[in-house]
Amino acid sequence: MVCQLCKQKEATVHLTQIVDEAMKKLDLCEACAKQKGVNDPAGFSFAELLLGATESPEATEEVVEGLRCKRCGHTQADFKKAGRMGCSECYTVFADALEGLLKGMHRGTRHRGKIPAAMRRQVEQDAILERLNGELEAAIGREDFEQAARLRDEIKLAKATV
Amino acid sequence: MNLLDFLIPTAEVCRRAGPQDRIVYSSRVRLARNLPSAPFPGHGKKADRMRAYETLLPVVRGLPELTDSMAESMDHLTPLEKQLLVERHLISRDHAARGAGSGFVLNREESFCVMINEEDHLRMQALRPGLQLRQAWLAIDALDTVLQERVGFAFSAERGYLTACPTNLGTGIRVSAMLHLPGLVLSEQIGQILKAVNDIGLAVRGLYGEGTEALGNIFQVSNQMTLGESETEIVERINKVLLQVIEHEENARVGLLEKKAKVVFNHVGRAYGILSHSHTISSKETMNLLSLLRLGVDIGMLPASSRAMVDELLLITQPAHLQTLFTRREKLGAEERDILRADVLRERLKGLDRPDHTALGGAGPASTPAEI
Repeated sequence: MVCQLCKQKEATVHLTQIVDEAMKKLDLCEACAKQKGVNDPAGFSFAELLLGATESPEATEEVVEGLRCKRCGHTQADFKKAGRMGCSECYTVFADALEGLLKGMHRGTRHRGKIPAAMRRQVEQDAILERLNGELEAAIGREDFEQAARLRDEIKLAKATV
Repeated sequence: MNLLDFLIPTAEVCRRAGPQDRIVYSSRVRLARNLPSAPFPGHGKKADRMRAYETLLPVVRGLPELTDSMAESMDHLTPLEKQLLVERHLISRDHAARGAGSGFVLNREESFCVMINEEDHLRMQALRPGLQLRQAWLAIDALDTVLQERVGFAFSAERGYLTACPTNLGTGIRVSAMLHLPGLVLSEQIGQILKAVNDIGLAVRGLYGEGTEALGNIFQVSNQMTLGESETEIVERINKVLLQVIEHEENARVGLLEKKAKVVFNHVGRAYGILSHSHTISSKETMNLLSLLRLGVDIGMLPASSRAMVDELLLITQPAHLQTLFTRREKLGAEERDILRADVLRERLKGLDRPDHTALGGAGPASTPAEI
C-alpha cells in the first residue's frame, strides 16, 4: 500500500476517524504522517488532511467527540458519562483521550506487570523493534548512514522472525 | 445445591488462623480479566453476557483449584442468599445486585471465589485469613495462568490486561486486607494514619468496600493504581504499609493501657454489659461493641480462646446470617431483627466470664477518675 499523500513511499501509518457520521480512512508513510503532525493529536486535524481546508478548533473538537468504537458501538460521550469502556477494542479507538486520563490515575501509562505466555514473544519483539527504530532515527540524525544501513537490516531481520 | 449447606459453618470460619490475625482479619487479591472479543458485561446485551457466561463457566469449573466447588447463576439465588455471600466477603455488593448471565464459582475451602460477569467478565479472587498477601497473589497468579491458556484474555502490550474501567487497567489487580484498628480509633490517631495511607496512593474503605462506613473499627486497605508497576511491586508495597499500620496499632494499644487503662477497661466492660444484657440491639451498635470485646480479648481481659466466638458473633449478627440461621421466616423487619440479634447475643455470651482487668494493673495514679 502506498502513501495517499506523496504516492511514493510505503504507507505505514493507518488512520480511521469519523467525520460527519462517515468513516474516513487514511494511509500515510511515516514522513508524511510526521509532516502533517499525525503523532501529535492536538495539532492534527483529519478534516484538514482530507479536505485541504483549515478547520476551526471547535470543529476539530466535534470530530473527536464523535469517535465511536466500530466493534461495540460505544462512543466517546458514553465513555465520558459512564467512565467505562464498551469492549477491549475501545482502548484503541479512544487511545488519545485515555493517555491523559491514565496519567492522573496510575503510576505510569505503560503496563509493567504480568504478560501472558502466548504474548511474551510478541511483546519482546515489539520492544526490540522499538529500540532499533530509535537507534535508526538517531543514526540518520547524525548522518551515520553506515550504522543506519546496518540497523535497517537488523530491523528487517527482526520483523521477518515474527 | 443449598448455599448454606455448602458454606463453611460460621464457627469453623472464625477459627481459621493466619499470620497477624490479632489485627488482620483477612487478605485478598483479585484480578480483573476479560474475553478479547466480547463486549464488557456492563455494555453488552443480555445475549452477549449469556454467551460469555456459558463460555467461562465450564472453564472456570474445570480448574484444579475449583473442582470441588459450588457454582450458581445469580438469578438462582434468593436476596437473602446473595446477602450471605456479601456478608462473607465472597462476592461484591455490585455482584449481588446482578441476575441472569452473572454468577460465581466458590471452592469448598472458600480460598478462591470467581465472579463471572461482574463489571468485568472475570473477577477472580484468592482469599486467605490473616496477613497473607503474597500467598494470595501467588495462588491467584497460578489460577490466572491456567485460565489464560484455556480461554485467552484481552491484553495489549502497552496497556496490559484490558478492563471495563480504566482504573483497573494493566495488572487488573486489587490487593486488599481487612484490619481491626480499635487502638488507633480510641487513641484518636486513626485520622492521621488513614491520611498517610491515602497519601501513598492506597484506598481505605469500610467493611463492605467502596462507599461503606468503617463499622466495628474495621478498615479495608487496598491499592488504587494498577498500571505502571508490576503485581509484585504492588503486593510488596501494601505489605510494607500494612506492617507499619500493624505496628502503630500495637503501639496505640500499649499506649492506651499505659496512660488510659481505665478508659479501655470501661469500654470493654460496658461493651460486655450491653451485649450480654440487651433485649434489642442494632447491627451497627453490635459491631462497634463486638470490636471492643475483641480488643478485650487481645489485651487479656477475656480469654484468648474466646476470640473465635467474638468473631463468630460479628458474622452471625449480620442481617442475612441472623435470618438464615435463627429463623425459618423469609423476611424479618428491622425491629424484629434487632430483638432476635439481642436474643442470640445474650444466649451466646452466657458462657463467657466477665472481663477481668486485675492482671493488667493500670488502676494506679496514672488514671485518675478525671480521665475517665
